[in-house]
Amino acid sequence: MKAVNKNRPVNLDFKTIKLPLPALVSIMHRASGVVVFFSIPILLGILSCSLESESSFNELKDTLDGFFVTMVVWGAVGALLYHIAAGVKHLFMDFGIGETLEGGLKGAKITVVVSAVLIIFMGVWLW
Amino acid sequence: MVASVTSFGRSGVYDWLIQRVSAVIVGLYVLILLGYLLGHPDLGYEEWRDFITSGSMRIASTLALLATLAHAWIGLWVITTDYLSNSFVRFSCQSACGVAAAIYLVWGAQILWGL
Repeated sequence: MKAVNKNRPVNLDFKTIKLPLPALVSIMHRASGVVVFFSIPILLGILSCSLESESSFNELKDTLDGFFVTMVVWGAVGALLYHIAAGVKHLFMDFGIGETLEGGLKGAKITVVVSAVLIIFMGVWLW
Repeated sequence: MVASVTSFGRSGVYDWLIQRVSAVIVGLYVLILLGYLLGHPDLGYEEWRDFITSGSMRIASTLALLATLAHAWIGLWVITTDYLSNSFVRFSCQSACGVAAAIYLVWGAQILWGL
């Protein structure tokens, strides 16, 4: 018996692939991680300006009030919050919690709700 | 045992553990930082600088920076080995990520310890 059936159907058309929620939560965890990595210069830049001097601190406060800058910071911190929420789900699963089919779906739903609440809260706080 | 030369801990088991330990460190750090910022809505420059340059926060920030970079390296390694099957493209991407991580490390250390 062959271990792998090479004639099984393959579909890599992204328009017709429908991911179940746990798969979507998982791929978003990866994507948000990449976003966070490339956001690090933004966060380090903010930290640098906030500590350099009193005037650069006040300048930063004014800059952060701008719409575009607020959106960028919200995006970066939002990606981080989602990544952390999905990461906490991973840690639960490492302890054997939510590893079944139903448990996985429930965990994914909780991740979406928790991260959405955190991200909305963050947006309200930034404005 | 075949160990990959580009993985962070030279073995999947090490990477698995480092990924989780670093995640908890960064998670706690973010919690501390956001908690502080939420607790100080009208934060002034002096107060903020004293907080960040205090001994314990300098150590915590340095630890979080190192944990972030180790965590990012393992995560990006997994992603690049999953999606980039061409060795040259994959190695180029991993190298670029490594250079970026090194720049973050030096820059972050300058900010945290240069004051």
